[in-house]
Amino acid sequence: MSTLPPLPPGSGPDEDEALPERPWGRAAARLLPPSRLTGPIPWVIAILIALVVIAAAGGLALRNLATSASAGLSSAVSVQVIEPNPELREARGAAAAKVLVGMEGVAGVRQVPEADLVAMLEPWLGEGAGEGDVPIPALIDVELERTAGPAEIERIKTALGSVPGARVDAQGDFLRPVNNALAALQWLALGLIALVALATAAAVWLAVRNAFASARETVEIMHLLGASQRQIAAVFLRDVLREAAFGAVLGGALGAAAVWLLGQQFAALDSGMVSGGGLMLTDWLAIAAIPLAGVLLALATARITIALALKAML
Amino acid sequence: MSETLAGHVKFDNVGLRYGTDPEVLSDLSFTLFPGSFYFLTGASGAGKTSLLKLLYLAQRPSRGAIRMFGQDLVTMPQSRLPDLRRRLGVVFQNFRLVPYLSAFDNVALPLRLAGTEEKRVVKAVGDMLDWVGLSHRAHAIPATMSGGEQQRVAIARAVIGRPKMLIADEPTGNVDPDMALKLLRLFEALNNRVGTTVVVATHDVHLLKKVPDSLIMRLHKGQLSDPTGALRYPPRPSASGGSGAA
Repeated sequence: MSTLPPLPPGSGPDEDEALPERPWGRAAARLLPPSRLTGPIPWVIAILIALVVIAAAGGLALRNLATSASAGLSSAVSVQVIEPNPELREARGAAAAKVLVGMEGVAGVRQVPEADLVAMLEPWLGEGAGEGDVPIPALIDVELERTAGPAEIERIKTALGSVPGARVDAQGDFLRPVNNALAALQWLALGLIALVALATAAAVWLAVRNAFASARETVEIMHLLGASQRQIAAVFLRDVLREAAFGAVLGGALGAAAVWLLGQQFAALDSGMVSGGGLMLTDWLAIAAIPLAGVLLALATARITIALALKAML
Repeated sequence: MSETLAGHVKFDNVGLRYGTDPEVLSDLSFTLFPGSFYFLTGASGAGKTSLLKLLYLAQRPSRGAIRMFGQDLVTMPQSRLPDLRRRLGVVFQNFRLVPYLSAFDNVALPLRLAGTEEKRVVKAVGDMLDWVGLSHRAHAIPATMSGGEQQRVAIARAVIGRPKMLIADEPTGNVDPDMALKLLRLFEALNNRVGTTVVVATHDVHLLKKVPDSLIMRLHKGQLSDPTGALRYPPRPSASGGSGAA
């Protein structure tokens, strides 16, 4: 060991030249033993991603349900003419329809035949619902050219001021409580997603912090040998990527399977309203993006955790 | 002022304390010149390792100013330190080899971190292991190596990047006298042939005589004395003769 070997070209640092970085190179890859994150982290990520998938699917289904239930009602208005006397009621109904037909912004007017009304009420009132014991109003369906907002409703009310007993309602108002409930459930789903995302970040933060602590001696050696923060972070990020990807794919598959099974169960109810809550292709694409978002969240969390830990070193 | 005139390293009234404890190093002002060979001596607890930590950029001073290779270490952003560290070679007191990497991979580490092409890494590491007499142990991991072998791997790792300055903390503390002398000769070779500035911390006074042209810095309770004029510029002529000091 007396003769110093010749220098390999380029192996020594040049004083004025910034050295190349190989954050994903072989050197970075071999800094740490193969398995570094604490044991259950892929499974924790899998469970959390599955929960997010289910919550997101629920939120999307509720949104579709609300959209479906409201479809066609946003520009629809009901006009009722309440009058116990059948002849008078019919005359006033016809007068109201005549006023509506001539109005600007009205796309269609249909006076619902009394027989149809009786047929609709029979399931609740029994046979003979139209025989006079219970007065049935004259009903007119009005389709506007635009959304039936408060201004439109007020305009129609004013126009029908000459028709005694006329009452005007936007059909969308009938579903407002239902829509409000669905909106609340959607916010709940969004809140759950945010909480689970937070839990995922916390789990990754703990795992990376532990991994970093257990590899601290090696990290210090690398640091003192001239490793940049990017190079050191790359090693941990590679492990996080591997384990988070495994957990995310597994969780995504489990969540999607659960959503599909639930969808089958609800579809079997064969209910008109529930069938409106099915998931569209775009919804499934959004759900498919959740595992990817989970991996990105894990990587971002790990990057920040490592940067903070390295900042404590000189 | 050129680096040669200014020195590789300049400490100006430097103090170091850990937390709120009293200073372990106080009022250090000295200059290390390119191509010189320095011994840093002092009793255990005198502050040798703390001073070395400042030199190999593991610590920033609590006060004072340090310039290294013309750059101000106190104000230098953290992101620029790796480039500076790659110009240093460090032999740590307890070697600090990565336990699950082979001797080959440990020695290759500085080159790989610096982005050297793998073909060149293989050649350079092979040559370096041959130089320290460990070619036959290239695939051994540190746990299976003797203290002397680990020491040589640590030295090979420290010098493979041809550092501008080599810092060694008690490098002969774990080896027998013959091996200690061989290691010193190795440092001398690096100093004489490559011009690397060498700083060796030791409490072994017998070692100081083995390198006749060396300069001695003595630490006592965190303060520095200068028995061979090592800290003056220009260094004392008799002391700087063959050491390469400017």
